Parts: sequence; structure tokens; C-alpha cells
Amino acid sequence: MKNERANRRMMTRLSIFAIAMFGFGFALVPFYEKICQVTGINDLIKPAAAVVNTQVDKSRWITLEFDANTRGMDWDFNPVQRSVRVHPGEMIQIEYDVRNNSEKAMVGQAIVSYGPRYAASHVKKLECFCFKMQPMQAGEAKRMPVQFVVDATLPAEVNTITLSYTFFEVEGASTAPLKSGGKS
Amino acid sequence: MYAAHTNDHGHDEHSHKPSGIMRWVQSTNHKDIGTMYLWFSFAMFLVGGAMAMIIRAELFQPGLQIVKPEFFNSMTTYHGLIMVFGAIMPAFVGFANWLIPMQIGAPDMAFPRMNNLSFWLLPPAALLLIAAQFAPGGGAGVGWTLYAPLSTQAGPAMDLTIFAIHILGMSSIMGSINIITTILNMRAPGMTLMKMPLFCWTWLITAYLLVAVMPVLAGAVTMTLTDRHFGTHFFNAAGGGDPVLYQHIFWFFGHPEVYVIAIPAFGVVSQVIPAFSRKPLFGYASMVYATASIAILSFMVWAHHMYTAGMPVEAQLYFMYATVLIAVPTGVKVFNWVATMWKGSLTFETPMLFALGFLFLFTLGGFTGLVLSIVPVDIQLHDTYYVVAHFHYVMVAGALFSAFAGIYFWLPKWTGRMYNETLGKWHFWLSLVFFNVTFFVQHFLGLAGMPRRIPDYSLQFAEFNMISSIGAFGFGLSQLLFLYIVIKTITSGEKAADRQWEGADSLEWTHLPSPAPWHSFETPPVVK
Repeated sequence: MKNERANRRMMTRLSIFAIAMFGFGFALVPFYEKICQVTGINDLIKPAAAVVNTQVDKSRWITLEFDANTRGMDWDFNPVQRSVRVHPGEMIQIEYDVRNNSEKAMVGQAIVSYGPRYAASHVKKLECFCFKMQPMQAGEAKRMPVQFVVDATLPAEVNTITLSYTFFEVEGASTAPLKSGGKS
Repeated sequence: MYAAHTNDHGHDEHSHKPSGIMRWVQSTNHKDIGTMYLWFSFAMFLVGGAMAMIIRAELFQPGLQIVKPEFFNSMTTYHGLIMVFGAIMPAFVGFANWLIPMQIGAPDMAFPRMNNLSFWLLPPAALLLIAAQFAPGGGAGVGWTLYAPLSTQAGPAMDLTIFAIHILGMSSIMGSINIITTILNMRAPGMTLMKMPLFCWTWLITAYLLVAVMPVLAGAVTMTLTDRHFGTHFFNAAGGGDPVLYQHIFWFFGHPEVYVIAIPAFGVVSQVIPAFSRKPLFGYASMVYATASIAILSFMVWAHHMYTAGMPVEAQLYFMYATVLIAVPTGVKVFNWVATMWKGSLTFETPMLFALGFLFLFTLGGFTGLVLSIVPVDIQLHDTYYVVAHFHYVMVAGALFSAFAGIYFWLPKWTGRMYNETLGKWHFWLSLVFFNVTFFVQHFLGLAGMPRRIPDYSLQFAEFNMISSIGAFGFGLSQLLFLYIVIKTITSGEKAADRQWEGADSLEWTHLPSPAPWHSFETPPVVK
């Protein structure tokens, strides 16, 4: 019968269409990823790009000098590098070596001072051994980091900043080792 | 003319009809299958309705009184799934089975055996959805949208739900292929496409929508299934997938799906309003084009369901404007229905009352939809009771009221008996009042910030929730009256006339007796 054949042909076409739409559902997966990639929304393939500091002022150099003192303590305390040259806005990490030469466990607290003094507000410290009291067992040695940014609003006349750390003993504080940080 | 036909078919009207349960199990008759679809959908309507009663009982007062939160989540999930896939869609497929062959002058559907299979896939799917409640850990409380990552982490009930959706999808696709083929290939001589009753047009368009989007949903839940058990990472961010992708795929199905529900409802109303206005439908051609453009636009607006999921503002603007654009063809339809009634000889029997209830309340639901389409407003109202109120206005007062209108309208043709008009009017007015008591106050709850799908709420929402729950109980009870009316009609209704509504002019009224014989139009009528 003619009608029957036409019906079957129609059913075949519609079934193929339905199967194609099932495939289309899956095709949406790479399509979605592609769209996200091209438009840069919700990028699934690449890991998130590293954070770029756009505030770095490449046109300027400043010198940072590091100084270390102890006050009435038998500790060795020295910067690993005496000075570095950097651009304002750059992230900097430097380290200090500390060693307790005495026979007893002690707790020290470092205090920083800046030269010139008004540079203090332009040095943004992210991590510093001076944030915490530092217990040191007898004879213990450590390397302690300072991480900071000198912001780009530093007045133009400043081309050298000195960071001077001084350790003071904190008497009566717990000498138990810190749970985290300053252990390296 | 119809007398000649009844004589033609008189001899085989009863002789070939198998008896007993096998008549239904093996049925390839479009009318029997239509009847089964309608009864099945009513049973599911009661199951989904019982779940809604549990939800409203828990929300009657603030605090947790009746059910555990996990069970509450399961109820909101399966209430949605059962009402959408078990009640409303099969109800309109039931209408399609009964009416399309009669309205286009065809003897039956194009593929009667496939028609049988489409129906008999539904009960197993329904059983899976109900069995999911008894799975270890209880029903999957993931919401009817089955969003990842919750759905990829839910208990074994989720697998039953996924299989139920696969089966329901297959049933819908087969049913749609049947409907498209029947309409395109089996029209009586002279029945051009633009002479078809609008109900057939709306189903033709709906069936295309279903063939296009049900496979996409099947794909989405298949991905969920393989993510759960076979180590894929479609939606698993840890494996390079993206849960937001699920939302995109789901709503690519989900938005056309709301028109799958609404468009056949438009078709029913487009038959009922002209019949009781005693005028032909105003702007028939524009109705066809408006329906088709709604269907096409429905593929382009899916992301308005996910403004808060994170997308660029340009995309939000596009989806907002495209969504607002749908109001234009919808407005054309509402205008045409109103214009059909303009200067008509109106009478207000129950089908007309339900059609008018549809017209008012669906339009209201359309307006709240416009409010929600606006990005900054939606970001405030997303996932609040305002959304719940909005989609119940289009789903219940839209699709369900239209289904009631259709059932009262064609019940005389289907059963050969007339329903009780007084009881029918009671059913309408009770439904109308209780519907608004239930859902109108939910707009206020949503505007005040009450989130949906949460079993408990802040004390400030107590009064409106109590009103809403009382309305819901009333609405639920009113539907038992409907069951009584239908049974009473079948068993002891008055004899209906062949053309019970003198304003109705499609072939089933003008060419066939009431009740419609088991076989009709074996010799196609000639349509002038």
C-alpha cells in the first residue's frame, strides 16, 4: 500500500532525526567547552593563568639594603643578601640566617625600622618572621623569610631603602617550637 | 452525511472488539489507547497531587512537623516529575490519540502497534518513579531538574529516576513520530493542512518539539548516569567537567518542554472557545504562525532559567530580549481568543468556563513570566516562591484547566453521555477559587524572599503559607469531585447528541455519532 510505504519512510526520517538529536546533546559538551574557551568565560581546559602584577613600575630601580642587629642576645643574625635591586611593585623575598649560640632556649622578637622612616608605609609585608615571636632552642639555626612589595607610589626622590631588623629577647615566653612557619 | 458512515461501520462496531483485559493490553485502537492515556494520566495526577498535599501539609506551619527534610525534598522532586511526565503530557497525548484521527478523517493512527508500545511503556516508568521512594536512602531529593552535582551524588533512587526518564522519553518520541506521520500522511481528501482544526496543528508542532528535545534530555540523564557509575566527568569539575553544562543541556530540553505542555493546551482552547462563541476562530492562519514561532523561539531562550548560574552580561541581555520576544506571538494568540468571543453568542457551559479560566490565569502566568525574564528582577526572585507561583499559573491554570475544558468538551463524544452540568460548574468554581487561594499568595511569599524547595520557613511567612495550604487541600479535594463526575457520566449520564455543541464544527462532531464508533472513517470523508 502506498500510504504504508510513505508512513514507513516518514518514521525512518523522524527516527534518524531523534537519534541525531540524542547525539546533539553530547555534541553540546565540546561545543560548550569551545564557547567557554573562545569567549574566555569559565575556562575549563587551561589552568587559571598566573596572577600578573600590573602595578610594577619598570621604569624605576630602587636598592633595598638589609641590616640585622641583636640586642643583648647571644644570637647570630645576618641577612643572606646584603642588598637587592628591584622595581617598585615587584614581589620580593629575602631571607635571614639566625642562630642561637647560647646554652639555653630563648624567645626573640624582631622589630623593624626603616631608613628613610617615611618609606615604612610603602613597604607592604606579606610574610615576615617579625610577625611572630621566634622560639629558638639552644644551638638551633634557622633561615627566616621576609616577603614584601614596595608599592609604586614610593616618592620619586627615594632610591634606597634600608630595612633594619633588631632581635629582642622576650623573657618568660614559651620556648616550645612554633606550630608553623619559621622552621626551615 | 454522517448517517451513511454510521451504517458503513455499524456491522463491525462490536464484532471485532476483543473483550476482557486483553482488549486493553493488546489494543491498537486509537480510541482505546487514548482512553488508557487519559486514565493513566488521571491516576498519576492523583499520585502527584498526593505528593503536593504532603508538601503543603508540611508547609502549613513553620518548623518541621510531619516529614523529614529528605522526604520533603523527594516529594518536591517527584511531584514535579510525575505531574509533568506522568500527568500532563500523557493527558494531552490521550487527547491526540482520540481526536487527531477523527479530526483529520483518518481510520486510526499511522502506526497502531507502536502506539500500543508508547502507552505501555508508561506504567513501568511510573512504577520506577514510585519505587524510587523505597530505594536505600529514599527518593532522590534533587529537584525535578535533576541538577548536577547533586544528582551525580544522590543515592540509588537517582538511577531508577534516570531509567524512568529514558523510558518516558522513548514513549514520547514514539508517540510523536506517530502523530507527525498521521497528520502529514493520513489526512482525508480535501483536508489541507490549513483546514485542519487548530488542535491538530498544535499537536503537529508539539510533536516536532518532542522529537527534537526528548533525545537531548535522554542524553543529559545518560551523562549523569555515566558520571555516576562509569567514571566519566561530564559534570564533575574535579575531572575537568562542569556542572553548569548540565543546566545548559537540561534547559535546552526544558524550555521547549514547557511549550510541549502549553501548546496542546492552546489547541484545546482554540477548539472550545469558538464552539461556545458560535463563531469560527478569529485569525486561524495567524494562530498557526504564532504557534510555530513560539515553538522556534523556545529553542533560543533556555538560559533565562539560569541567569544566576554565571554568564556574561551580553548573554544575559540576549536571553532577556529573546524571552521578551516570545510574549509577541503569545499575545497574538490571546488577542485572537478574545477576538473570537467578540460579538459571539456566548454561553458558559463547563468547557467554556474552564477555557475562560485558562485564558485569564494563563495570561496572568504569562505576565509573571515576563517579570521573571528581566535579568535584574530574576536575580532577586530566582528560586523563590514567585517562580513557583508563576509556573503553577501556566501549568495548572494553563495546561490542567485546558485539559479539563477538553475533557468536558469531548466527554459526550467519547462516552455518548452527557456530564452533569451543575456538578461540572461546581468543579470549575471550586478549582478556580482554590487554585488562586493556593498560588496567588505565593507571589507575595516569593517577593518577600521565601525560597522554594525548603521544608521550613521564617515566621514572617506563616500566614500566607497557611492560606496557601488551605487552598491546596481544597483544590485537591475538588479534583475528587471531577473523578466522581466522570464516573457518573460514564455509568449514568444522559444520552448525548451526535453534535452536542452546535458551535463545534470539526469532523468528529459533524460526521460521527456519539459515542464515536470503535472504528471510524475507514472510508475517508471528503472535506470541501
